[in-house]
Amino acid sequence: MDAIQKELLEQVAGLHEVPAGAYNIRANGEAVARNTTAHIDIVTKTDKSGIDIVIKPGTKKESVHIPVVLSQSGLTEMVYNDFHVGDDCDVTIVAGCGIHNSGDQMSRHDGVHTFYIGKNSHVKYVEKHYGSGDGAGERIMNPETVVILGENSFMELETVQIRGVDSTKRSTRATLAKGAKIIVTEKLMTHGKQYAETSFDVDLNGEGSSANVISRAVAKDDSHQLFLAKINGNNRCAGHSECDAIIMDNARISAIPEITANHLDAELIHEAAIGKIAGDQIVKLMTLGLTEAEAEAQIVNGFLK
Amino acid sequence: MLQLENLSYQVPDASDSQREIIKNLNLTIDDHRFIVITGPNGGGKSTLAKLIMGIEQPTEGRILFNGKDITRLSVTERAKCGISFAFQQPVRFKGIKVKDLITLAAGDALSTAGACEYLSKVGLCARDYINRDVDASLSGGELKRIEIATVIARNTPLSVFDEPEAGIDLWSFNNLIKVFEELRDTGDHRSLIIISHQERILNIADEIVVIADGRVKAQGRKEDILPELLQDTGSCRFYQEVQE
Repeated sequence: MDAIQKELLEQVAGLHEVPAGAYNIRANGEAVARNTTAHIDIVTKTDKSGIDIVIKPGTKKESVHIPVVLSQSGLTEMVYNDFHVGDDCDVTIVAGCGIHNSGDQMSRHDGVHTFYIGKNSHVKYVEKHYGSGDGAGERIMNPETVVILGENSFMELETVQIRGVDSTKRSTRATLAKGAKIIVTEKLMTHGKQYAETSFDVDLNGEGSSANVISRAVAKDDSHQLFLAKINGNNRCAGHSECDAIIMDNARISAIPEITANHLDAELIHEAAIGKIAGDQIVKLMTLGLTEAEAEAQIVNGFLK
Repeated sequence: MLQLENLSYQVPDASDSQREIIKNLNLTIDDHRFIVITGPNGGGKSTLAKLIMGIEQPTEGRILFNGKDITRLSVTERAKCGISFAFQQPVRFKGIKVKDLITLAAGDALSTAGACEYLSKVGLCARDYINRDVDASLSGGELKRIEIATVIARNTPLSVFDEPEAGIDLWSFNNLIKVFEELRDTGDHRSLIIISHQERILNIADEIVVIADGRVKAQGRKEDILPELLQDTGSCRFYQEVQE
């Protein structure tokens, strides 16, 4: 891998070197490095582009890294990655995509990640998106995440997109069985003329299942964001969605939460708040000696931390 | 030394005319003084504090700080000149931790031990607070004490506190008096201006300034002003006039 690819890798996966545990690193549409462990297997799909990650039942405290980097302008790809997590596992999965586009052609990475999570398993899934390069070509990412949570399983899903992605359409769908739980935290910042759309669609099917979807977003310049969160309570369950957004400059943000109770004991809440940075927050930091711009940056960084 | 010269501040009122909050006010505050500004509600005290910090701009007059005209300087520039300000209603932030705020106030990298020192001065156990967000999870009293800690951490020649006693409990209030006494006794050339209605705060002042109707009604040593003020307590001129 070259320096640009290494930089992308660090941004999306926090990797300076080859990670411990299982990994599959994809650069410009090809697998460049792979490692499997005694408990985690990675197999290339034969019918379409993508991999199967198979985690054996009882696998604890192991991690899988599957970052993707694109540095070739004009490259468009679509991958399907399936995660089969056995019962009683406790694993961390780090994905992420970095695009460096210094050319004039559009670079685009679309991916469908499907998780089949076994009973009593805990999965922490972290996904970061990052774009760089000063070419006129757009950097586009459209990730789709599908999660099927087994009985009493628990998934923490963290997504971060802080800079450089011109257009993104993120879709996350989750189905929860009895006692299953999902916590989604999204951090999103758009600038320039970027467009970002995120939609969460959660079906709380099992008794005692729960979902918490938390989004913190900042839209700057002329960017535009759309947040959709749909929670369906189909059993005795608890669901909560929260969109908290800061709007700056000429940006636009729409938040459309939807909750549907199809069961008497479904307890569902949604919260959505959009507003500019409070003037008194800026003044307070200015009384500490920060300039207005420094105060604004401090507030935004804290908000997205 | 802080000098306010012929300071006026007007705001448009409902009938589209100008309402004068501060009226041609003159006030000099020497170095190393502990000044309490008091007076009736609506008399212009908090506005005066905001004019000193630059949060509001005067319509007329000048503000000099150590001989330099700071009238048109921004809040940031005044902060850098050595003025700090504690808000009457402290601001909350999502995602900024107590330690972050105190570090920003201190102006350089601060060790956890350093931040703890400031917090313990305002009666907070640092371990419980240092990593908490300065957000809605803190009570009004906790927030107020953190606000005061940020001003102590700045360690500037002039500190302005806008009603520090508002919204804090009795125990914290006792502590607050101690904090101010300590600041008064240990400050080299620092001056403190405190906007307050509290007799116990008035009682530890070197000097008391009474502001009413946008003007300085009285200024002098605590020994001279306080007895007069206490005598006045409960007297309403309107009520007296009606009785007469």
